Amino acid sequence: MNIVVLVKQVPDSGAERNLRSDDNTVDRESATNVINEMDEYAIEEALRIQEAHGGEVTVLTMGPERAGESIRKALSMGPDKAVHVVDDALHGSDALATSKVLAAALGTVNPDLILCGAESTDGRVQVMPHMLAERMGIAALTGARKLTVDTNGAGGATLTIERQTEEGYEVVTASTPAVVSVWDTINEPRYPSFKGIMAAKKKPVTTLSLADLGIPAAEVGLAGAYSAVVEHAKRPPRQGGTKVVDEGDGGVKLVEFLASEKFV
Amino acid sequence: MDFLLDEEHEALRESVREFARDVVAPVIADHYEHHTFPYDVVRQMGKMGLFGLPFPEEYGGMGGDYLALCLALEELARVDSSVAVTLEAAISLGAMPIYRYGTPEQKARWLPKLVSGEALAAFGLTEPGFGSDAAGMQTRAVLDGDEWVINGSKAFITNSGTEITALINVAAVTGTTADGGKEISTIIVPSGTPGLTVHPGYSKVGWCASDTHELSFDDCRVPAENLLGERGRGLAQFLRILDEGRIAIAALAVGLAQGCVDESVRYAGQRHAFGQPIGDFQAIKFKIADMQVRAHTARLAYYDAVARLLAGREFKQAAAIAKLHASDSAMANARDATQIFGGYGFMNETPVARFYRDAKILEIGEGTSEVQRMIIARSLGL
Ligand SMILES: Cc1cc2nc3c(=O)[nH]c(=O)nc-3n(C[C@H](O)[C@H](O)[C@H](O)COP(=O)(O)OP(=O)(O)OC[C@H]3O[C@@H](n4cnc5c(N)ncnc54)[C@H](O)[C@@H]3O)c2cc1C
Repeated sequence: MNIVVLVKQVPDSGAERNLRSDDNTVDRESATNVINEMDEYAIEEALRIQEAHGGEVTVLTMGPERAGESIRKALSMGPDKAVHVVDDALHGSDALATSKVLAAALGTVNPDLILCGAESTDGRVQVMPHMLAERMGIAALTGARKLTVDTNGAGGATLTIERQTEEGYEVVTASTPAVVSVWDTINEPRYPSFKGIMAAKKKPVTTLSLADLGIPAAEVGLAGAYSAVVEHAKRPPRQGGTKVVDEGDGGVKLVEFLASEKFV
Repeated sequence: MDFLLDEEHEALRESVREFARDVVAPVIADHYEHHTFPYDVVRQMGKMGLFGLPFPEEYGGMGGDYLALCLALEELARVDSSVAVTLEAAISLGAMPIYRYGTPEQKARWLPKLVSGEALAAFGLTEPGFGSDAAGMQTRAVLDGDEWVINGSKAFITNSGTEITALINVAAVTGTTADGGKEISTIIVPSGTPGLTVHPGYSKVGWCASDTHELSFDDCRVPAENLLGERGRGLAQFLRILDEGRIAIAALAVGLAQGCVDESVRYAGQRHAFGQPIGDFQAIKFKIADMQVRAHTARLAYYDAVARLLAGREFKQAAAIAKLHASDSAMANARDATQIFGGYGFMNETPVARFYRDAKILEIGEGTSEVQRMIIARSLGL
């Protein structure tokens, strides 16, 4: 099975994150950048499917030059190769433009299965799998906490996911080719071993520009974006909080507080 | 001249750091408190290849070098020393002697499972009556037909009694040399061999989630081919193994020393006294600055020792300096970190309390500080 995993480099959600003052885009220069956490689960799932069914795993990233670090790290977990779409004109691309670029890049690999994280910790819009499926005319199975692959012997497979919902899960099935997005409940990602780290050095990374993909620069980037961030402000500092003193009526006061904040 | 790590070693350091933070830190305090061996953590360490770090791929190893092992030990010990010493002993004292001195059959039989972390090995040198003076050992092995018959006892043997311990490399007197001295050899004793008794674990001050036992051998018989390396080479073997192991212990000590800095910096920013964070007091700032100096210089000392080892140069003195300085630094940093934490530092639930309890053994195990000074002085011709 030919699997592509979408990997995005994002600012570390555990550290201080900012938007740029000039164009309101995510400040990726001064941030500590890491692989989007959910994508590590997608990589792990791809590797497990590869271990069971064979085939090839390719990492696909759209991002600036420095996203190359995250590609190396992803490769050190075990995938075979990577495609890096890098072009200055991509700066500030919204989800629609990103999906156009990724779909074009996926076209160069022709995967049976596209795996990705259910969301990225910077944008958190959760639309990418749907947009890609729409653009490519294939099925989208989103928000998986479990994925089962039944190969049909003819190169294709039936994919069944347990789609995580607030109440429980739904079982959804599709046949390949398809996009599957995963939550962090699906597996435990492996840690890169030293052998994996050494091997990653030698794995091929193909870089593609917008010209390579035949996409005009005007259709992507800040200028081509359908949505724009007009302004931004720092989150206000945390307020003092409310202290409830229990004078025999602590429980009632707590419930009143929760109700007043619309928590219950 | 280069003190900077290459990208691959840096990436390994980061990978182990994340592992220690995500896998070790959440569970270790509980194991420590209850003196239980963290099997699940060890299994996961095996899965990410840590037990195979310095071994070639033909045995399932990672094809790394001794520096890779040291970096992994440092990052583990930055969070916890019990798991770090489990790895250190399993590799330096357990698998390495077999890799270095074993026959092709011994290597094929034992290395794959040791290298994958499925099984652990131990090294039995110290005896109840002989530690620093290891050559004074009394444990004897006599060849009876095609079997060694071992009698005696060993003390404080790390990794010797876990459910996954496969073997103990036992140093024993096997005869008398031409000049009337002791002939010492190393013999592989598989776990569960009749005549080998693994006594209950010690109640230790520190390293509480690591496995340490006294062993006794009572007409314990193993096949003659379990001799490790040449007969009579036991002393030379363990001197080499210990020289190398000292660098690993130094790395582990640096991890503890750095862990003390990490915890102190965090706490200094968050704990308030007299209306300000305690980190605003110069007394605290300077203490932490001194701690960082110790961790940093001790790290340079072990980098230097590894560099000499990897370059095939003489490294005995450098290893002794690294071990001595790093264990001193760990001890001093643990004391200071506990002081910075005040009363909370005296509570077993805080990591620095674990650091405090784990630091002392570093001045004792794999050669006491006095022994390191003897080695250094000897290398100066004294
Ligand atoms: C938790 C733990 C794990 C261990 N794991 C292992 C293991 O896996 N395998 C193993 O073989 N051993 C192991 N050891 C044993 C350890 O290596 C010894 O404890 C150590 O070498 C010191 O030996 P000793 O305890 O007999 O002290 P002694 O040798 O009796 O020393 C007592 C004191 O006298 C000093 N001294 C001794 N000789 C001299 C001298 N000539 N000049 C000046 N001072 C001197 C020492 O420095 C020390 O301060 C472990 C010990 C512990 C506590």
